[in-house]
Amino acid sequence: MTIKSLYQQTAQQFLSQSEAKSLCDRILSFSKADETRVNITSGSTGNTRFAGGQVTTSGDTANTTVTVLCTVGKKRASTTTNVLDDESLKRTVDLAVRLARLSPDDPEIMPELGPQQYANIQNYFDSTANLSPEQRAAAAKKCIETAEGVWKGANAPGALFMAGFLDAQAGATIVANSKGLFAYHRSSRVSLSNTARTPDGTGSGWAGANARDWSIIDPVYLGRRAGQKAVQSRNPVAIEPGLYTVVLEPAAASQLVGQVAGALNARNAEEGRNAFSQRGGGTKLGSKVFDERVTFYADPSDPEILGDPFDGEGFPEGKFTYIEKGVLKQLQYPRFWADKKGVPATMGGGGGGRGGGGGGRGGSLRMQGGTKSLEQLIAETERGVLCTHFFYTNVLDPRSMMLTGITRDGTFLIEKGKITKPVKNFRFNQSIVQMLNNIEEIGKADRAETGSTAPPMRVRDFNFASLSDAV
Amino acid sequence: MAAAATIAVPRILTASPPTIIKSWREPLADDLALEALNAAREAGAQYADARIGRYRRQQLNTREHQITGVSDSESYGIGVRTLVDGSWGFAATAIMTKDAVAQCARKAVRLSRAAKSTQRRPVELAPVTPAKGTWTTPIKRDPVDVPIEEKVALLFATNEAALKVAKIRFVTSGLQLLREVKTLATTEGTLITQTFIRSEASFSATASDGQNVESYTEELPPRSQGWEYIEELNMPAHAAEWAQVAVEKLSAKTVDAGKYDLILQPTNLWLTIHESIGHPTELDRAMGFEANFAGTSFVNPPEKMINKLKYGQPLMNIQGDRTQDHSVGLCAWDDEGVPADKWLIIEKGIFKEYQTTREQAAWVAPLTGVKRSHGCSYADSWDAVQFQRMPNVSLLPSEKDTSLNDIVSATDRGIMIRNRGSWSIDHQRYNFSFSGQAFYEIKGGKVAGMLKDVAYQAVTPVFWNSMDMIGGKSSYWLGGTFSDGKGEPSQSNSISHGCPPARFRDVNIINTGRNVG
Repeated sequence: MTIKSLYQQTAQQFLSQSEAKSLCDRILSFSKADETRVNITSGSTGNTRFAGGQVTTSGDTANTTVTVLCTVGKKRASTTTNVLDDESLKRTVDLAVRLARLSPDDPEIMPELGPQQYANIQNYFDSTANLSPEQRAAAAKKCIETAEGVWKGANAPGALFMAGFLDAQAGATIVANSKGLFAYHRSSRVSLSNTARTPDGTGSGWAGANARDWSIIDPVYLGRRAGQKAVQSRNPVAIEPGLYTVVLEPAAASQLVGQVAGALNARNAEEGRNAFSQRGGGTKLGSKVFDERVTFYADPSDPEILGDPFDGEGFPEGKFTYIEKGVLKQLQYPRFWADKKGVPATMGGGGGGRGGGGGGRGGSLRMQGGTKSLEQLIAETERGVLCTHFFYTNVLDPRSMMLTGITRDGTFLIEKGKITKPVKNFRFNQSIVQMLNNIEEIGKADRAETGSTAPPMRVRDFNFASLSDAV
Repeated sequence: MAAAATIAVPRILTASPPTIIKSWREPLADDLALEALNAAREAGAQYADARIGRYRRQQLNTREHQITGVSDSESYGIGVRTLVDGSWGFAATAIMTKDAVAQCARKAVRLSRAAKSTQRRPVELAPVTPAKGTWTTPIKRDPVDVPIEEKVALLFATNEAALKVAKIRFVTSGLQLLREVKTLATTEGTLITQTFIRSEASFSATASDGQNVESYTEELPPRSQGWEYIEELNMPAHAAEWAQVAVEKLSAKTVDAGKYDLILQPTNLWLTIHESIGHPTELDRAMGFEANFAGTSFVNPPEKMINKLKYGQPLMNIQGDRTQDHSVGLCAWDDEGVPADKWLIIEKGIFKEYQTTREQAAWVAPLTGVKRSHGCSYADSWDAVQFQRMPNVSLLPSEKDTSLNDIVSATDRGIMIRNRGSWSIDHQRYNFSFSGQAFYEIKGGKVAGMLKDVAYQAVTPVFWNSMDMIGGKSSYWLGGTFSDGKGEPSQSNSISHGCPPARFRDVNIINTGRNVG
């Protein structure tokens, strides 16, 4: 048996639209199933990791992965391969058909979609797709040298320890099916983050950003911010755990409010399994669930989000306001559950319990920001704790969105509008439902500055349960 | 709720005789790997390794009377790692032709040169004797090749048995099966092919009495075994007993927060070992290489820790081991061709040695006297670069044959925890929080009923120094996971942790069940 790929990728290392169409047609022609869907991800990644002030590992990879989903009657199964010669593709399709035939009927199955119309979203940038290993190493060097400059400027002894990661990805997402749907979209994304640690081990600072377009990320800014936080966070003092007013930087806020996306699934809410379930049955739709300043919406065309125009079924991504001025206005209805409930579907999903078994989808979910900057939020704080970001946040109770986690890489006491001292890290145990009812102020999200679409916010009565000696 | 479906358990259409795998060979792997090494050398690499992997993963998930997902995936490609003047480069491709792998090798050399522009300390590799040969996980029946009908029938019989238990509303069960064939060639002369087979099952049941909802997940650890392991679990026979725990949780009383003596069954303790001993004793973490992501370690700096840190009491012995039967970290060689190793990380409560790769061995050799790698290099895919990953890390049992019952009998006021729940630990592995699946109040040496809303929060060295009783050999149990995350980009490692039950004194228990309406 000869094992080799007969498919030659293009110079840009991922499938063009015409190449993708021809590959999909080829795969669909092999299928004898009632309905067949093909999902392809084709792309390249380039990453550079650094630690101890130098690049440690880096890698360039390219791959094209095909998933075939076959439906026979009400039975369905999928198979995946990255071996793209005809023999392997036929084997992959045949296996999907065979697995489907052997599966019992799925009462929640939904037919494949026909051709759809999609928003024209431009979220592919050459600056990201063409980022070379040399440019990545140079960016790492800028982070390292800038942070080290901050350290030297503070006349501090010894050498700052710098670590970080740059990851650039570019490629195409393709959905095609036997009912004539064909969707092709190219996109790029890049992220850069870095951590500065002081030689005495008492201080640590982090800064990071992510974007579709590499040209808006500034390694010097990120290096400087990590360095400054490291300098400022040295020799933290212990303050008593308890309820504190906190100012959450955008990265920290994003880690907490991201939980809301997982609770938007209508079926889970109706089955009593998440925070938007009404005690005794039903959901909280139409009820005030958060402070009136809290609004969550999804819009892939939003310039700060630039999401993808369709999901894995080829269902068009739409604009929805889920929480408006604190009121739960909309839940996510995957196709099966929407059909059952007689409401319009808001996303793909049907069959195999995907009509509602999982969480909600948060890819383009955004919390609406206010007008004030992070600095203003700090300046208006009488006494509180500033959090840079968190580590290992995990759910303790999904029904109250109760999370636990640890503050990290820059935790400071604010007194009378000023950062007065670094404090030791805390473990928090905090319900996000309560937190979003305890809002004092929501600031302005600024992706260019923070790399996050979540706004900074000030929240009262945030529960720090215990101290951590971790730096 | 989904419409009720008739349970149609498919008949097994084809009998599949037990298979004993001798060795899988990729027909082109050796040639392609050597082609890549030649290209790397010609482009200027002083060292290179080429790793070709073919991964076959099968997953089957069910919910009550329906299949929620059947998937079968295959991934095949080559990753080439190069060392030029002491700097690493790596590139990977799925195009498996001689030209493409040579081009991939040259790209890796380009990445090495880019990294060199930032170099401060060149990489030095610990010596290793070049290895040649093949190895395969010892199994009786390849789980990937078991007919799907047999797998579906097993899971549906499991769900059906659980659904017969009063108050059980939802059940999920699943299987994850892996076959991985990996060839490694190095410019030093290593040429090896290993075939790994791993199997895992899952089960969870949710009970409701109309007011409250409680779930219970059974701890069914992954193993380096074939289908025979899944059969040994006998899920249909145990499902009702597991589901009954979810029902019992409905009437559990909420815990009063405070200090208790804590008895951890091995099904809970393995994860605490993983997070609070496994991760902090990774040398790359201790040296800051994970500072930007997973964090660092309180077991640092090495010169103040090796032979000095009192991690726990003298009854505590922690072993790193990639030779342990049935463990998912089992192998013959690591991803640098270093033979599988077994050594004590903590001996009689004192920290002795970190986990190391070839690059890291020299960093601590003057302190430990060990110049070779402990064989902890691993990459989770052909397109991921290998780096330091945890071997199986286990708490060795007591010489005395103490049982779980002996520990309970010796405890006046405590809480016993079964299976893992939510967990969280800080970035230096000091302050942690672990929950579980089922909690039992211990009063006067006896189980006095079930509790709920329990999590224990502690500081690592204090917690381990409070361990005063551990079980003997007959109480030892091997837990583990397929998904231990580390690194940027994140990679997933398969790992096992064995342990007996153990008791910890005066541990802080919090109540997690805050009512927010």
